[in-house]
Amino acid sequence: MNTQGWLQVSLYLGVLLVLAKPLGWYMARVYAGESVGLNTLLAPVERSCYRLLGIDEQTEQSWKEYALGLVLFNTVGMLMVYGLQRLQSSLPLNPDRLAAPLPDLSFNTAASFISNTNWQSYGGEVTMSYLTQMLGLNVQNFLSAATGMAVLIALIRGLRARSSATIGIFWVDLIRSILYILLPLALILACLLVSQGVVQSFSPSIEVVLLQNTIDTDGHLVSTQNLPLGPAASQIAIKQLGTNGGGFFNVNSAHPFENPTPLSNMLEMLAILLIPVALCFTFGIMVNDPRQGQALLTVMMVIFIPLLLFGVIQEQAGTPQLAALGIDLGASDMQAGGNMEGKETRFGVVNSALWAAATTAASNGSVNSMHDSYTPLGGLVPLFLIQLGEIIFGGVGSGLYGMLIFALITVFIAGLMVGRTPEYLGKKIEAFEIKMAALVLLIPCIVVLCFTALAVTTPWGKGALYATNIEYTSIANPGPHGFSEVLYAYSSMGNNNGSAFAGLGANNPFYNTTGGLAMLIARFWIIVPVLAIAGSLAAKKTVPSGPGTLPTHTPLFMTMLVGVVIIVGVLTFIPALALGPIIEHLMMLGI
Amino acid sequence: MNSIVSQIRPAVISLLLLSLLTGGLYPLVVTGIAQVAFPFQANGSLIVHDNQIRGSVLIGQDFSDPGYFWSRPSATGQHPYNAFHAASQTGSAGSNLGPLNPVLYTTIQVRIDALRVADPQATPPYPADLVTTSASGLDPHISPAAAAYQIRRVAQNRGLSEEQVQQLVLQYTEGRDFNLLGEPRVNVVRLNLALDSIE
Amino acid sequence: MALHTPVQHVFDPSIVRQAIRDSFLKLDPRVQIRNPVMFVVLIGATLTSILWIQTFFGADTASASFIFTISIWLWFTTLFANFSEAMAEGRGKAQADTLRKARRDVQAKKLKEPRYGTPTTAVSSGSLRAGDVVLVEVGDIIPSDGEVIEGVASVNESAITGESAPVIRESGGDRSAVTGGTTVLSDWLVIRITANPGETFLDHMISMVEGAKRQKTPNEIALNILLAALTIIFLLVTATLLPFSLFAITANGSGTPITITITILVALLVCLIPTTIGGLLSAIGIAGMDRMIQSNVIALSGQAVEAAGDVDVLLLDKTGTITLGNRQAVAFLPATGVSEADLADAAQIASLADETPEGRSIVVLAKEKYGIRERSIGELHAEFIPFTAQTRMSGVNLNGSCFRKGASDAIQRYVESQNGLFPHDVRTSVETIARQGSTPLIVTDHTKVLGVVELKDIVKGGIKERFAELRRMGIKTIMITGDNPLTAAAIAAEAGVDDFLAEATPEAKLHLIREYQRTGRLVAMTGDGTNDAPALAQADVAVAMNSGTQAAKEAGNMVDLDSNPTKLIEIVEIGKQILITRGALTTFSIANDVAKYFAIIPAAFATTYPQLNVLNVMGLSSPTNAIVAAVIFNAIIIPLLIPVALRGVQYRAGEATTLLQRNLLIYGLGGLIAPFIGIKIIDFILPILGLK
Repeated sequence: MNTQGWLQVSLYLGVLLVLAKPLGWYMARVYAGESVGLNTLLAPVERSCYRLLGIDEQTEQSWKEYALGLVLFNTVGMLMVYGLQRLQSSLPLNPDRLAAPLPDLSFNTAASFISNTNWQSYGGEVTMSYLTQMLGLNVQNFLSAATGMAVLIALIRGLRARSSATIGIFWVDLIRSILYILLPLALILACLLVSQGVVQSFSPSIEVVLLQNTIDTDGHLVSTQNLPLGPAASQIAIKQLGTNGGGFFNVNSAHPFENPTPLSNMLEMLAILLIPVALCFTFGIMVNDPRQGQALLTVMMVIFIPLLLFGVIQEQAGTPQLAALGIDLGASDMQAGGNMEGKETRFGVVNSALWAAATTAASNGSVNSMHDSYTPLGGLVPLFLIQLGEIIFGGVGSGLYGMLIFALITVFIAGLMVGRTPEYLGKKIEAFEIKMAALVLLIPCIVVLCFTALAVTTPWGKGALYATNIEYTSIANPGPHGFSEVLYAYSSMGNNNGSAFAGLGANNPFYNTTGGLAMLIARFWIIVPVLAIAGSLAAKKTVPSGPGTLPTHTPLFMTMLVGVVIIVGVLTFIPALALGPIIEHLMMLGI
Repeated sequence: MNSIVSQIRPAVISLLLLSLLTGGLYPLVVTGIAQVAFPFQANGSLIVHDNQIRGSVLIGQDFSDPGYFWSRPSATGQHPYNAFHAASQTGSAGSNLGPLNPVLYTTIQVRIDALRVADPQATPPYPADLVTTSASGLDPHISPAAAAYQIRRVAQNRGLSEEQVQQLVLQYTEGRDFNLLGEPRVNVVRLNLALDSIE
Repeated sequence: MALHTPVQHVFDPSIVRQAIRDSFLKLDPRVQIRNPVMFVVLIGATLTSILWIQTFFGADTASASFIFTISIWLWFTTLFANFSEAMAEGRGKAQADTLRKARRDVQAKKLKEPRYGTPTTAVSSGSLRAGDVVLVEVGDIIPSDGEVIEGVASVNESAITGESAPVIRESGGDRSAVTGGTTVLSDWLVIRITANPGETFLDHMISMVEGAKRQKTPNEIALNILLAALTIIFLLVTATLLPFSLFAITANGSGTPITITITILVALLVCLIPTTIGGLLSAIGIAGMDRMIQSNVIALSGQAVEAAGDVDVLLLDKTGTITLGNRQAVAFLPATGVSEADLADAAQIASLADETPEGRSIVVLAKEKYGIRERSIGELHAEFIPFTAQTRMSGVNLNGSCFRKGASDAIQRYVESQNGLFPHDVRTSVETIARQGSTPLIVTDHTKVLGVVELKDIVKGGIKERFAELRRMGIKTIMITGDNPLTAAAIAAEAGVDDFLAEATPEAKLHLIREYQRTGRLVAMTGDGTNDAPALAQADVAVAMNSGTQAAKEAGNMVDLDSNPTKLIEIVEIGKQILITRGALTTFSIANDVAKYFAIIPAAFATTYPQLNVLNVMGLSSPTNAIVAAVIFNAIIIPLLIPVALRGVQYRAGEATTLLQRNLLIYGLGGLIAPFIGIKIIDFILPILGLK
């Protein structure tokens, strides 16, 4: 990695922290219901929303009511996304007359957007009409993000409350997240992106006359090129900010209309981690101990930065096979060098690998390069970051509540080791919390491992490369890399990330159905236990801390939390990784 | 049961309200601002030449004529640099070939062979981006190294001096944004359009 | 003092023999299913045994010895875990047997009416119910737990406490509780039975020491859930590894027969699931209870033992806990116009007949300070005036003098009632003494007040250090006393407690406990009197003195047989030790997995992906040896850690962070490194022993 690379990585992390801190403070005020400057404009809107909803802003909900409201809201939301797709050919705003996606694809996409996964089985610009993108996918970009934030805030309230039966109101948390946080940020980012060249128009695609004719696969002369347009910028802004990641175009943020310049790339990368990082500060402020938020943020950074740098170095090194063909892999002012397969020239290796780490640390899943074509260990980085459970920043809200669950487990073990019933922020961690936390730990593992096992056993999962009676390609690459594709797919869906080793032909009934289930299970079977923990913690007394209390902001605790996160991840996935990227790396080296 | 019924109303109404807000109002406001403030960018950064739309600054095109600078190989369906084809549902795409996939190396070899056929003096090392497919299949850029590698061939085939072509390449070379972000790059469509304009 | 002869060594031969037998009996699946981790091992052992038997009928005999070795060691793993539990139980069983002898059926003399002298009928002690009244006479064994309602007797309680010196039991007051199984040495008692058959203190003790009725404590349940979750994860990891490896064989075109693969996967599973902590978990709990019993504390619930580790606030009675039971005279402060020697002389005479420790100390002080020889009250022909509740004074009438001593308010009333004057300077002395935490005792002759004797509470030696230790543990100590606030404050400062409750009434105690609990703190207290019962019932950890009343014992959740109030400190330490041991071994167990992966993963895929041998960082001699070594290490670490489980990880008072750091280094880092060394050594020894 050259100086330019170091500079860009450092700049990215620096700017991220500088922006996140004030945003964290701002969000804490929003959730506390305090004035934030936008009130004159938005408070009347907010109040009329509550009137229309028929809810009382003062009557808080128990965790069960909160969870029920959340699940109902997401259920009707999913029905809407499904319906919009199935009916898109007869609905307006479909200038290119795209057909309705099949039921299995529609199910997968609805599950994908409702669960903040934004896995793309669909082909973006060639599958979804402008209306489906705007009213279905774009709306869920906001709603699923706000859902995650609401759950986090409920959990923080649980930690903060003293002997309370309630944890807040879902509808209020949802509407505040959207009105005061997501919409204003998305509006600003969308305009910035347009200025860089991201398209934002309702016109149909444009035909251009090529400078030189080309030939298609059937040998016919092609003299024109169609340029797809659409309301992309508005959707891309929120897909980055809300850690959604589902692109307007098929290749996501590798598409020049979605991510045209290095500056737009930097903005989008900042947007990926902005809210997850800021929420750490929000957490610290809300529990009246900023050090707690900083400790969790430090833990995330300590895991993130080495993996990120490792990934960049692997991609810059390329493969011996490329070198053997006489390809210049060295980085210079003349070229990025390294493994450029599946990467854009304007981003080169550094910004591609940096994005790959950020998008998988966060449960964003948008890509600006093709992870499938990464070197084995370069591809291991995003895969492993996903498998850590989407808690290294993770999704907006969901990342931090996942990390908090890991903190509870760490506190439990650490508490035992100092001879006290463990407590976190003054709340005793007992059997019920551990039971729910164990579910949160278990669900993604079950989903990822079982569905991967099913896929590599059945002909539908293996596809034409390994099964004779299947016409479609599922696994696209031979050898261990094919296994990595399947493992990556279910890791991504089973942790609500959404990125892919995109060679895998996932748009078929098998992957659409199993993947859809994986995404729904991984989202809601975690949200409900987390809310249960919130409710249980809220009902407890807060134990004042004393000299016997284990502080949870010290380097020692952070080290232990890093250890627990890494060990759980490693122990769960190392055997599978050994059969995928690790053996592939050894084969690459010719061992 | 009672609690379910009581929450159905907020669930449905909030979905409708928020859909209108985030799916209707928000994109319309962004489109309004975009069309007023950045009409060129918002509509695809189109290159209009002789009253004809010849491409987009941001979307690459396929070139195989030795007199043109070649773009990066493209893995889009139907034909290279197929940005959008509604009927076949194809558009932007990467190759997604794994790092050890033999197909990757045979296709790279084919591209190297093509370079050498077009310019028998072409020798290794080959610029990495010139023989590998981009992520989008629509990459409008090549690296300065990839451009430099082709100057001799283009100059010879166009009957121009290498200095002349080099000058043109420099003119269409973009540095890092703010000398810091991204990578230096050459816009192939604009460069080739400029080449065509010389004659 | 101890309840039984202390177990000198962890591996007592007689206990070991019994434990080995029990290890096999515990193979019963109905027993194993209670521990999900070890149940998985049992299934694995059975499965590999079946696979081994299958090799006799198949062609693949080459792998038979490998499968056999793995199978054997999986059985050993289960047996070792059973053994650890049996060892912990074994120590309790020996004690239970002794106790059971005391519980044997005896003839009881049931009284017709609850009065001494009414006719008795002979009934079996087993038929006595709560409310029955019995007579116990010299030489009788007390048939069941009860309350003395009439009579005084000396009782030998060695069967329960191990203490051979007899104790006095009498009706009323704080010494009215008797325990079934103890023997009356003199006189007689009328006892109202308070426990139904099977619910007596002795029954509780037996079931506690046997661990038979041991309920899982909340923390143990939580840990079990976490361990079960980890077991499920590893079950999934290994179960899915089968399809993964089959796919790898297809993708790569080479591989291993499936029987071996399954054996390897079972081996991997057993190595990964937390068998170390799973196998030792119940032993840790039982051993903790056992340590409690070793220090002569009977915990009536396991929950209380664990809660002891969490205690934030400790309420301690001043008298007998913080100070020696009795005050001692330390100074004479004469009134104006009286010499110190005269005061000393008068005080000594007034105290001659006073046999209380306070009275004796005055006599001794006068002798030491002024050489005033102790005189006999009979010799002097003096008249002894005893202490009464009305006068609240005692003294001696001698040669026309009326020496009296008593509390200042009592003497003042006495003097003023006889038109005397209570001098101002004496009042000042009284206040000064009280402020210093001592008790002033006024000596007067008729209405002439001679001066003040300072009786000082003597704070027990070493108690200040113990409180400092508690403070380091994060526990706040509060002294409970009936003294006035001035005196209490002075003693509190001298003893080094954090706070005190003066002029304590039962209501005030109860209120104080509730107040602390309301803010989320856990409160521990000791008590013996009936008036302590409400507070004991309210406290989270309530230690009743065995010498105390039945009401106190019923209200508490632990009984201290030594009736030593500072025992709470030991109880807290034991509570913490149990948690620390569990936490440390859990960490150790999980940290072990890293090394096992390095041993097994390259070995498991040796034929499919020989390249993975790069991960064989230990340089193990062969794939089969690597797996066998990992399994053996996993099995023998359990017995190796039995001493740690039984003795408990040492607890050192200190900051939580320091403690965590130390334990993380030893059990976390140690857990990472130890198996690398252990597996390597086993791999080295295996060929030598020809075990493989």
